[in-house]
Amino acid sequence: MDLKKLTQESDSQWRIAPAGKMRVPAILYGSAELMRDMDEKVYEQIVNVAALPGIERAAYAMPDAHWGYGFPIGGVAAFDPKHGGVVSAGGVGFDISCGVRTLTTGLTSADVESVAEGLADALFRTVPAGVGSRGRIHLDPAEMDAMLSGGAAWAVERGYGLPQDLDRIEEHGCMKGARPDAVSEFAKKRQKDEMGTLGSGNHYLEVQRVTEIYNSEIARIFGIREDDVVLSIHCGSRGLGHQIGTEFLKQMLLAPEARQIELPDRELACAPIESPIGETYLGAMRAAINCALANREIITHLSRQAFAQVLPKAELRLLYDVSHNTCKVEEHRIDGGSKRLFVHRKGATRAFGPGHPDVPAALQETGQPVLIGGTMGTASYILAGVPESEARSFGSSCHGAGRQMSRHQATRQWHGRELVDQLRRQGIIIRSPSLRGVAEEAPGAYKDVSAVVDAADRAGLSRKIARLEPMVCVKG
Amino acid sequence: MDEKHWEHFYHQADIGVRGVGPTKEEAFEQAGLALTAVITEVGSLEAKDLVKVECEAPNDELLFADWLNAIVYEMATRRMLFGRFQVRFDGNRLQGNLWGQPVDVAKHQPAVEVKGATYTELEVKRGEDGAWIAQCVVDV
Repeated sequence: MDLKKLTQESDSQWRIAPAGKMRVPAILYGSAELMRDMDEKVYEQIVNVAALPGIERAAYAMPDAHWGYGFPIGGVAAFDPKHGGVVSAGGVGFDISCGVRTLTTGLTSADVESVAEGLADALFRTVPAGVGSRGRIHLDPAEMDAMLSGGAAWAVERGYGLPQDLDRIEEHGCMKGARPDAVSEFAKKRQKDEMGTLGSGNHYLEVQRVTEIYNSEIARIFGIREDDVVLSIHCGSRGLGHQIGTEFLKQMLLAPEARQIELPDRELACAPIESPIGETYLGAMRAAINCALANREIITHLSRQAFAQVLPKAELRLLYDVSHNTCKVEEHRIDGGSKRLFVHRKGATRAFGPGHPDVPAALQETGQPVLIGGTMGTASYILAGVPESEARSFGSSCHGAGRQMSRHQATRQWHGRELVDQLRRQGIIIRSPSLRGVAEEAPGAYKDVSAVVDAADRAGLSRKIARLEPMVCVKG
Repeated sequence: MDEKHWEHFYHQADIGVRGVGPTKEEAFEQAGLALTAVITEVGSLEAKDLVKVECEAPNDELLFADWLNAIVYEMATRRMLFGRFQVRFDGNRLQGNLWGQPVDVAKHQPAVEVKGATYTELEVKRGEDGAWIAQCVVDV
């Protein structure tokens, strides 16, 4: 991105003043280096978002922002329904409620190292991963609707997961306002055999070692110490979410109430929040959030089974589960007052600070855990929300590394088998049904997640707590 | 005019699929192959089983996105991969035939699921040489 087009406000904050059809400024976070490397399309897309009706305060781009569909990936925007505010299917994304959850295990790396191959096999055998994989749970229409209404709470009721997990999931594991009746039969059919599956692409299940602690007091409350082993899961709402995203993208473009909105880009298709299509989408999207929460809860249950086979002393406790593709209704401070806003986070993680009412009671002092996934060869991070992020980004932070190289380029540069062997020499065990898939996900195809996380920390979007490095990675 | 063919084009996070052919039908069919090639080697597939799809949209571009989404849907729900496509237009409706086989993970090494067709770089047009081009970015 051409830095001359931006006004630098601090070493990690940049501004695009309102011009043309922009209703609010755009604020971008990141170091000069990250901003220089950022695609020009991010500039174009964040400017377009700033022109949408009912947008409040500013359109924000996180330090890992990259070229998306309509919204940049790493984009945050909040809309006021009382001022014509909109909801956008593209502003949430196809993989609705894609997110990360991290569990502590009560183990240290020495406990795992001697049995790591066996643990990798057990996880790979127990958690279905990859294209065409099916889950072991098959939902009939009544159970499908119960799952879409109940989320992770439904999963726990059915014996997948533990009741105490729910305290550590956004929305207490159950997104209110879900409308299974707003979800098409096509979407339900696509999901029927996919519960408890990991998916493919950048989704993963990873056994990680804590290699560095940046804030020991918060880490202590999170229950993590250096050399501890944790388990992280990255996946979303599977076929159901993808189908809902696909269907509403078209419906929002064609619906009469949506056609009155002047769009700078077809991909920004949106509808007034207070319109039939807007309300239907919100009901379907919330059902997809529940699908993602149920899916990650089932995968957690399966992971506990796999750990029990290999390391019976492991005790997997959920630290937190946070989504990074959502639209949520939240109260935010605007012009000295409080407003109820519809906050879109597309490839951005909610990052509420200490004392926020939506943060679990046990974490009120620390702020919400912010879970940032890396690649199978680099690092992931645990951060914590800070009070200042409310004013800076509606309480949002980055979500990951973001690709720097296309899948095609990656397969020309790396071969799956060589990569698996090379990572093994570094002490990282990979299990995947597809060697081509491994090559496409090569660590070198991604940007440096550490630079992104450092920028989020410096910009005051969230603070670094711990660095994690992979020991075992199951890829779809 | 170029022979019919398919290709991928660059998108930072995902991948663009493009079909080119002397007719609009062939451009759509070639784009089907480009979509399959995101997931597996097209040459590894046997065109054994036939699945029929129908789509309807108010213009060529939305019809193209619907066509790719219909293939994505059939791949996902039937656990199949398709290596041959046939398209027929009837006004703003499309009737498509997909030939393929069930996913064989060991043989096909499927790299990634396609979540859906996006409207990014979505175009259906005739190039200067008269060839039809149908393309968009797909989310993976």
